[in-house]
Amino acid sequence: MSPLKPRISVEYVENATIITFTDEKILEDNDIAALQESVMSIVEPAQHLNLIFDFGNVRFLSSAVLGLLIRISKKVYENDSNLLLCNINPKIYEIFKITRLTKVFDIYKDVEAAIVSLNQTE
Amino acid sequence: MVQDMVSNKPISESMIIASVPSAVSDVCKPVLAELEANNFSQEDSFAVHLAIEEAFLNAVRHGNKMDPAKKIKIDYLINTDKVEISMTDDGSGFNPKAVPDPRCGENLYKSGGRGLFLIESYMDVVEFNESGNSVRMIKYKQKVSQSE
Repeated sequence: MSPLKPRISVEYVENATIITFTDEKILEDNDIAALQESVMSIVEPAQHLNLIFDFGNVRFLSSAVLGLLIRISKKVYENDSNLLLCNINPKIYEIFKITRLTKVFDIYKDVEAAIVSLNQTE
Repeated sequence: MVQDMVSNKPISESMIIASVPSAVSDVCKPVLAELEANNFSQEDSFAVHLAIEEAFLNAVRHGNKMDPAKKIKIDYLINTDKVEISMTDDGSGFNPKAVPDPRCGENLYKSGGRGLFLIESYMDVVEFNESGNSVRMIKYKQKVSQSE
């Protein structure tokens, strides 16, 4: 089995866990599997997490990534955690909009806006 | 005015590709390079890239049932006005009209079922053959306004 590339970086700011996707393109099954493994290792064992997914590096993704986000969000909500997305480039935001996933996910302009929103809800 | 260095000669290619997900780059690379050479916009390239990814992975997963011994036939034609891509898998096909709208009801929360919808959203023409194992997709070059 080939080694997993670093697909995410994790940072803790105030009460939030910020997961940044490091790849510019997220496409192939191997990419998705690696991402799922990395993110679930953070999401699954924890309760009451405030997760922020930062898409600032991502320039292209396929519907398989949307599926991955749905799977992750189900686990997040099972664990009474919060999930916010941010820094989504306009072409990718259009994909969220067309598929109406803007109704499913809370999407913010940047990490700062997401953190402000978390602080307001607490 | 400097003339763009673009050949008016249409590019027409056919290829037969192994039915494995990673082989999609064998289609994307030459098509996207030709779109750039023919001055298609970044938005057009994004749309075509997305459609190729989704159609190819549908063919590998649903058409050829992840059987690496099967093949996918690709035909593409690119000229200064449009790009036309056909993909044919070795499967028995499907009825595209029976695919539910991924935006409606519970489908919105399902992890799959958005590929065909995205293809239809981003391409100008999407047609299937009668058996449903071959899709033909066309994207017309985006018109750039004079003010840009």
